[in-house]
Amino acid sequence: MSKRIVVDPVTRIEGHLRIEADIENGKVTDAYSSGTMVRLLEEILRGRDPRDAWAFVGRVCGVCTSIHSLTSARCVEDALDIVIPPNAELVRNIMFCTSYMHDHVVHFYHLHAMDWVDIMNALKADPKKTSELAQSISKWSKSSPGYFSDIQNRIKKFASSGQLGIFSNGYWGHSAYKLPAELNLIGLAHYLEALEWQKEIVKIHAIFGGKNPHPNYLVGGMACAINLDDVSGINAERLAYVGQLLQQGKEFVEQVYIPDLMAIASFYKDWGSIGGGLGNYLVYGDLPVNGYRDISAYKFQGGAILNKDLSRIHEVDLKKDDEVQEFITHSWYEYEEGNDKGLHPWKGESKVKYTGPKPPFANLETDQKYSYLKTPRWKGNAMEVGPLARVLVGYGRGREDFKEVVDKALKDLNVPVDALFSTLGRTAARGLESQLTAQWGLDFYDQLLTNIKNGDTRMADMSKFDPATWPKSAFGVGHTEAPRGALAHWINIKDEKIANYQLVVPTTWNASPRDHKGQKSAYEASLIDTPVADETQPLEILRTLHSFDPCMACSVHLYDEKGNTISKVSVLGD
Amino acid sequence: MKNDNALVSQPTYYEEVQRKGYSRRDFVKFVSMMTAFIGLEQSAIGQVAKALETKQRMPVIWLHFQECTCCSESFLRSSHPIVADILLDKISLDYSETLMAASGTQAEDVLKNTMAKYKGQYLLCIEGSVPMGADGVYCMIGGKTSFQILQEVSEGAAAIIAWGSCASNGCVQSAKPNPTGATPIHKLIKGKPIIKVPGCPPIGEVMAGVIVHYLTFGRIPELDRLGRPKAFYNKRVHDTCYRRPFYDAGLFVETFDDENAKKGYCLYKVGCKGPSTYNACAVTKWNGGTSFPIQSGHPCIGCSEENFWDNGRLYDRASSFSGFGIEANADDLGKVALGVTAAGLAVHAIATNFGKSKLIHDHETEGKESEQELDS
Repeated sequence: MSKRIVVDPVTRIEGHLRIEADIENGKVTDAYSSGTMVRLLEEILRGRDPRDAWAFVGRVCGVCTSIHSLTSARCVEDALDIVIPPNAELVRNIMFCTSYMHDHVVHFYHLHAMDWVDIMNALKADPKKTSELAQSISKWSKSSPGYFSDIQNRIKKFASSGQLGIFSNGYWGHSAYKLPAELNLIGLAHYLEALEWQKEIVKIHAIFGGKNPHPNYLVGGMACAINLDDVSGINAERLAYVGQLLQQGKEFVEQVYIPDLMAIASFYKDWGSIGGGLGNYLVYGDLPVNGYRDISAYKFQGGAILNKDLSRIHEVDLKKDDEVQEFITHSWYEYEEGNDKGLHPWKGESKVKYTGPKPPFANLETDQKYSYLKTPRWKGNAMEVGPLARVLVGYGRGREDFKEVVDKALKDLNVPVDALFSTLGRTAARGLESQLTAQWGLDFYDQLLTNIKNGDTRMADMSKFDPATWPKSAFGVGHTEAPRGALAHWINIKDEKIANYQLVVPTTWNASPRDHKGQKSAYEASLIDTPVADETQPLEILRTLHSFDPCMACSVHLYDEKGNTISKVSVLGD
Repeated sequence: MKNDNALVSQPTYYEEVQRKGYSRRDFVKFVSMMTAFIGLEQSAIGQVAKALETKQRMPVIWLHFQECTCCSESFLRSSHPIVADILLDKISLDYSETLMAASGTQAEDVLKNTMAKYKGQYLLCIEGSVPMGADGVYCMIGGKTSFQILQEVSEGAAAIIAWGSCASNGCVQSAKPNPTGATPIHKLIKGKPIIKVPGCPPIGEVMAGVIVHYLTFGRIPELDRLGRPKAFYNKRVHDTCYRRPFYDAGLFVETFDDENAKKGYCLYKVGCKGPSTYNACAVTKWNGGTSFPIQSGHPCIGCSEENFWDNGRLYDRASSFSGFGIEANADDLGKVALGVTAAGLAVHAIATNFGKSKLIHDHETEGKESEQELDS
């Protein structure tokens, strides 16, 4: 007889996620994933100026900050046929690489590490042995016995105060923690170091976008003008600052994040066969090197993998009516043409309608509608998106840069390629692509310098910024690879205003409820067979969930009453 | 508004033990037991005893409702004090869905414990607005609506900090037509000191500054009539902006990436909301003083002002704003610079502005002349 357990709130994520899982004989037999917060931003967007949309949708998420703004600028540029100057593309790429390094490091140390690292056990470590271990896996300079002993003492003092703060009531001492005390201490030390480091790398966003979180973007390019002869422009001082931050970012990824990741993974190889889930992967692609429209020259190439078959990468077309579709069978929405229909985002239509139990409640009605997330499908298939999908598509396409980092990691851990299709694989892939983006960021930076040296200082193409130059009606789609996976925005511009705006975001792919055919999405599928040693302490469930890096605010959004002209929403400022 | 930090008078563990009639000896026994329990060496007993004798850290409960977590992220960006120091030395962040180790039941237990143990003493930080539409079902945590949780948790709070524009004024989800009924905290909770720290997000150092003020001085900072700490929200971005002299001189960016943009002229004509925005951006700046939106070439979007999403389009110039003596509409200033008579301007303002414009032009010409000298 199975037992239903509820994990709500799922913490160390962005937003509000609830999991209900059935446990039998120490394993998850079924799972339901529910997004429990909605803001309905798309209705707010209707009737507004398309050039402003990036600011609104940027506020979809402050963790993967900047990525929705980028996608929004791109969808408007696609609709209006605007080609941004190469420098703007490079600046956007550098900001993208910055986001990856920041987001992935913060995820690993601050959101995910405590699933693997027993913080309280670190207090038992021998600082001298810790130092030896640290020096054996990395040349990172902060590794003396004194350094680790200082950290340990600080946490001892903290713990002995009786006020454990964020570490209160963690799963400390749980039988699923496998690391030696010394490695736990390294993890703890780097938790604190990463907390300091993360505020540095994002200064790149402040230089180009004025601030972080939520740096500024601009339809047509970027607003940060280049002027080597003015203190206000992007000049040699600003560029040198960016270069230094990128270099420091790369060092932290290579000398702290990756060695820790590999050391920790080596104690959890059993998680290389847990949490695999769907085996279907979807990537839209990003990091243009020859302009956004040349998708063949992306650093992250797009494509779809079905049934773990890496030998066949399917092409993906976001504009085709029958590829990306969203379903609402188990979502708190209504469709005009019934509950089981799938709609392409350009035809996206839905009306939110909560039909769940009246709060406060103990359980959701999981055989009915049970989430504010819609359920996206690609050609009818449930797909996983994210770092693992990107790494697998790069690997499957035979790209040398991907093969190099993946093969090295597999060799170092002494595990087969199949181990990638797992919770551990997802967590490892995040590190591997951080390594790649750390280097690519520097490559883009060099190209930016070369361009400027060659006399090209253009940063924005404003020739189509004036709405008077726009067609009466235009459709656009902008895509990217958010840190958490494939992300796209679809826009319909009519009479200089937004007629319809739709977002299909990574966590919607991964965390959505099942579809009209009963197919599970990635979270639900991956939780099946996850071992649960103590059903009152859902540590193992958190491991698999966190391996996806949930970002719930992104994933709930839609509201669009088809056919209703929103004449009541006046365009502001008109 | 005065609210003394109740923790200042809160007894330490040692004082509590004494009050209950236990001896020093009992206390040391308890300490050694506890030291062993949390797995420390016996040599740490002294340390543990000292910690239990000293002042407790302020318990903080940080709730998330309708938000995007940009406030938490911004808080993590604080450079002084750095967040590790705040978390380890200054506060006890007992409940934070973003950072806490515990999930589910264990997380809810922590919340309950802190609320019971520190009733009337904990600081409640709120990130996000509360959806009041459809009986609150647009945001639910642990099977309860955010409004139910807000009511329960605010009851025993010493003070409330409404982080960011979501909690202070509703932010993006409350923009027209506000489909979920997103509502800021001060409209729902009465009878508690509420500190509004608006911005999308607020500057990290400002957030840390507000908390540190509360801890250091034992009371909430002085607030303006809108409930914002005066220290960070009493000046307009426009008045503290380093590009202000260009505004006064009538020198404006006409479109992005034009020659004037490259020279760092005023962004008013491309929509800058600095003239109607109260925030510390131009002084404190962002990310450890690295830059702020205007410095990086983009107009201020006014993200700390109430209803800023509905206060006109981003790139439309503000048609009017409360003026001081010297200010005027940018078009008028432009006309002045062109020698066209502008009605309604005080003579001295014309003279001042025109004088500045000439000064800047002269400086630029001087620069060019010195370049020519070098070339020749």
